Amino acid sequence: MNIVEGVLNHSRLALAKAITAVENEYDNAVEIMTAIYPHTGNAYVIGITGPPGAGKSTLTDKLAKEYRKRGKTVGIIAIDPTSPFSGGAILGDRIRMLDLTADEGIFVRSMATRGSLGGLSQKAGDAVKLMDAYGFDVIIVETVGVGQSEVDIVKTADTTMVVVIPGMGDDIQAIKAGILEIGDLFTINKADREGTDKLNIEIEMMLELNPEHFGWRPPINRTIASKGEGIEAVVDSIEEHKAYLIESDQLSKIRKARIKNEVTAMLNDRVNRYIDKNVVATSEFDILVEKLQIREIEPYSVVADIVGKVLR
Amino acid sequence: MSNIRVLVAKPGLDGHDRGAKVVARALRDAGFEVIYTGIRLTPEQIAEAALQDDVKVVALSLLSGAHNTLFPKVVELLKEKGLTDVLVIGGGVIPDADIPGLKAAGIAEVFTPGTPTGNIVEFINANVK
Amino acid sequence: MANETLKAGFDKYMAGVEAKLAKNPERANLEPNRLYTPLDIEGFDYEKDLGFPGEYPYTRGVQPTMYRGRFWTMRMYAGFSTAEESNKRYRYLLANGGSGLSCAFDLPTQIGYDSTDPMAEGEVGKVGVAIDSLADMEILFDQISLDQVSTSMTINAPASVLLCMYIAVAEKQGVSADKLRGTIQNDILKEYAARGTYIFPPKPSMRLITNIFEYCSKNVPLWNTISISGYHIREAGSTASQEIAFTIADGIAYVEAAIKAGMNVDDFAGRLSFFWNAHNNVLEEVAKFRASRRVWAKVMKERFGAQKPKSQMLRVHTQTAGSMLTAQQPNNNIVRVALQTAAAVMGGTQSLHTNSKDEALALPTTESVTIALRTQQIVAYESGLADTVDPLGGSYYVEALTNKIEAEAWEYIKKIDEIGGAPEAIAKGYIQKEIQDSAYKWQMDIEKGDRIIVGVNKFQQEEEPPKNLLRVDGSVGKLQADKIAALKARRDNAKVEETLAALEKGCADESVNLMPLILDAVRAYATEGEICGVMRKVFGEYQSHTAL
Repeated sequence: MNIVEGVLNHSRLALAKAITAVENEYDNAVEIMTAIYPHTGNAYVIGITGPPGAGKSTLTDKLAKEYRKRGKTVGIIAIDPTSPFSGGAILGDRIRMLDLTADEGIFVRSMATRGSLGGLSQKAGDAVKLMDAYGFDVIIVETVGVGQSEVDIVKTADTTMVVVIPGMGDDIQAIKAGILEIGDLFTINKADREGTDKLNIEIEMMLELNPEHFGWRPPINRTIASKGEGIEAVVDSIEEHKAYLIESDQLSKIRKARIKNEVTAMLNDRVNRYIDKNVVATSEFDILVEKLQIREIEPYSVVADIVGKVLR
Repeated sequence: MSNIRVLVAKPGLDGHDRGAKVVARALRDAGFEVIYTGIRLTPEQIAEAALQDDVKVVALSLLSGAHNTLFPKVVELLKEKGLTDVLVIGGGVIPDADIPGLKAAGIAEVFTPGTPTGNIVEFINANVK
Repeated sequence: MANETLKAGFDKYMAGVEAKLAKNPERANLEPNRLYTPLDIEGFDYEKDLGFPGEYPYTRGVQPTMYRGRFWTMRMYAGFSTAEESNKRYRYLLANGGSGLSCAFDLPTQIGYDSTDPMAEGEVGKVGVAIDSLADMEILFDQISLDQVSTSMTINAPASVLLCMYIAVAEKQGVSADKLRGTIQNDILKEYAARGTYIFPPKPSMRLITNIFEYCSKNVPLWNTISISGYHIREAGSTASQEIAFTIADGIAYVEAAIKAGMNVDDFAGRLSFFWNAHNNVLEEVAKFRASRRVWAKVMKERFGAQKPKSQMLRVHTQTAGSMLTAQQPNNNIVRVALQTAAAVMGGTQSLHTNSKDEALALPTTESVTIALRTQQIVAYESGLADTVDPLGGSYYVEALTNKIEAEAWEYIKKIDEIGGAPEAIAKGYIQKEIQDSAYKWQMDIEKGDRIIVGVNKFQQEEEPPKNLLRVDGSVGKLQADKIAALKARRDNAKVEETLAALEKGCADESVNLMPLILDAVRAYATEGEICGVMRKVFGEYQSHTAL
């Protein structure tokens, strides 16, 4: 089977294999992505993030179902952390999303972070493009908002939603700086718990202080995802944000920025790998390091020298 | 890097998931990427999850005695979906007499109670395609 | 003063041992202390900590004379294939000295599916008997007088339906509900946490449970309306302390729910019963039984203000640990079960199921079930363990262990209270995570050789595959399907529709007790799947949120 043709002709198997190819950096990955690229740019991408235990997976599951009710097809990429000790991972989100497997209009793919150097953003971005080319209307990328690379992924979505829950205590302070500022909308999940009103006020206060959201005031929705409550309003808010982005011509700007980020990241990645292979992994480099250690030479000239040679 | 992805799944109505969870964790600690499905899955749900997550291994656990019906059904559905190179293994309360039949139906190996998790890891590493 | 001399003597002993240890080291991984003395139970107060049997805090047992009057109920959990087959096994057990029945239902029955439901594929009649309607239940208890026997039913999410079937069978036998004795498990919280046969979300599930409490307090007064179960929590891998702590936390939640529904604690608490596991470590298990009675008595008296002694008593059914049976050298399981039986008896259980040697491989054969039943009879009649009340009371080790397990249980109960009670702790995955961590540790200890299981990681030997296992053939599903088809052809279908419509209406109104409505539908021969289907429609289904 030709994987590219398969993806473009709605073969779920081909889509699955194509994502594996980019995830594992198989030899055919670049070829696949090259052929796929012209067919991308049609899906609307939603990023969902929030602290562990916020109920993101359940919420994602319910949002997907709501989109299905509205006649849209949905691709989901759920990212879970790789254990730094074993290199293994438990990709547990399947537990919540299983009743979605019976629906042809939904495709759920788990991905492990595989350490920070794995080019996760790019791999997730490629997976999004593959789902886009396959023809999903909406693509949801869901990830724990703990590491910078996870945050980077959802940041590049068309609409980014931050999920929080009441009763996290000081945790909210810790994550405030990291993820609260990237939200185009906020969802307080498990909103039947004590502290919901207080959390609502806290987010509002933070938004007052944040000048970045001119023209769009991020709405704060309340859900009890486990009971399916408040889900329609969240999808309505996402759609409103989308309409705003289109009317204000922000959408094309966001996507332009995304492309720029992606290409920059690809370049960085390529350069890093080149340097790793051709500079860092050489015996000459080891000798340089030894000389540096006994202060025979200094690093500034060394770097200038290497850059001069590599980036001629 | 090509991490081996394993779907650990419980077909049927059996809720005894101690073994499945212990195996899932042991596989994670051995460096596999493990997708654990939880209990009460239909063979169709298992096969579809295996497809979407493009796993190399499907590990089935069942203690209710329904293995002769449900294990071969998963294998059949995987094939129907074009997943021909997936390694399917099984475990649980499975009498020796049933094992040849299960193997003939495409279950690569059956691990009965008392199996060290290390044996499962070894088997996967040796047999995954 | 006495303690000081003792302390000095103890120090001398320990110092003396030190010298010997160099030559004869002790085994590794020993958890208990080397020796227990009165120093380990300092402050021990007989009257406060133990009291007399049948008296608060019931540490020594819930009855004054315990087994000197009557042995525990020897209740063998059984059921497989069709109602006809299981009826035969029940009558065999009763004829051979079994003193109560314990029904095992197949998984479709436990999860509210008819045998013909696509979800039931491959599972019909496998782990228990398939019951689809009152017609099956009539066959199951054929020639068994329900006023003469006590029956325990392992049924949870659809407990209301099966209890109504039992009541309806009794009606046909001319036995009124107030004569019925037995137990339904009816413990939904541990299903979410450890066993997996849930159907509905927590709220309607708790409503069904309180409906049963209320209905039975008026109509089936001798029935144990719930068996709050630690057994499955232990099977899922918990420790002894976790088993009783999580279960008592569940018990607290049920009592709170019933009180919230307007009931008086002393009107229902006497019908609450418990279900413990009898695991391998004999003395730890004895201590666990004793500690659990003390904790529950305090909970009921101090937290809920229960006045009646019966409300404060933890009465318990026990089963030997299925997960400790090995598939290797299965005859060894007979010995394991005997020791576990000894633990349950010295722990003061009210009834006991003993597992059969072949259950790590398949459902038990008649022969192996007989050995398991005989094991109880040998312990009862020959061992002497049942000749005096609480034979280990006063043992320094057992008292210290009882205190330790009690303290650990309180610690967990406190933590669960802080989280917001057992339902919330389950919703958050806290209890599941604690159990899983213990299960993983147990397995890793075995794999590292820190824990020895004879025949599994030591003393292994080559063996022939075991012969003569019980096989439930695949035709049960077909048999049940035929029975359902015939039933639907002969019953009054208009009456069925009518009773189901009334049930649906009742489900939507939280103030309605559903038991009379379910009983009407059962009497009309609505199938279990039809009845549960109506409830599924109104209540929705629970989705698990297991995280590893």
